[in-house]
Amino acid sequence: MMAYLTDDPIDASALVRSIMRPSDGAYVLFEGVVRNHHEGKAVESIFYDAYRPMAEKEIDAIVREVARLIPDVAIAVAHRLGHLVVGDASIAIVCASPHRTESYTASRMLIDRIKQTVPIWKKERGPDGEEWVGWQK
Amino acid sequence: MRVRLLYFAVLRDIMGTAEAELTLPEGTRPREVWERMRVEHPELADYTQPPLTAINESYASPDAVLREGDELAFIPPVAGG
Repeated sequence: MMAYLTDDPIDASALVRSIMRPSDGAYVLFEGVVRNHHEGKAVESIFYDAYRPMAEKEIDAIVREVARLIPDVAIAVAHRLGHLVVGDASIAIVCASPHRTESYTASRMLIDRIKQTVPIWKKERGPDGEEWVGWQK
Repeated sequence: MRVRLLYFAVLRDIMGTAEAELTLPEGTRPREVWERMRVEHPELADYTQPPLTAINESYASPDAVLREGDELAFIPPVAGG
């Protein structure tokens, strides 16, 4: 298991290599990517901010919980912070298991939970200005 | 007692700084700290309820009692992933 925050582009294949075991017959790689629109508005870039030590702890706790719920899955998660542009991956999640079902299930469970509780924020920038996502003015 | 208050994301923009050292009476709760921020910053006026609260890097109740040396952070709506 591994989980970390980074200011650099995510190397997904390195993430895969870091967890694959000889007993694994499949891995699922999920990448979340900056898109050029949000709720009808154009997006050019996103600034990701985090409460770093707490975000690392929260991701780590989620990874451990999913590994407990789905035995024999190896997991790696990397979340990028800072300034990202359209097409950049903000998060990569790799799940590996002897058979594919467990990896698919774990991958979905991880991204859903990470989005709910981990103290990471994004400020979207576009032609209309910038805005912290989720904050109602 | 002294408490370190961290500001993130929209709150850092509103407060104009990343953190503050507060000197508070014993028994102060995060809800009271939020109330003080709200009174001082009109952008927060509509937020009568504090956002999620973290004490020492873990989620906590806004009604928990703060202690000397605690690190307090208010967690605006998260948007990771």
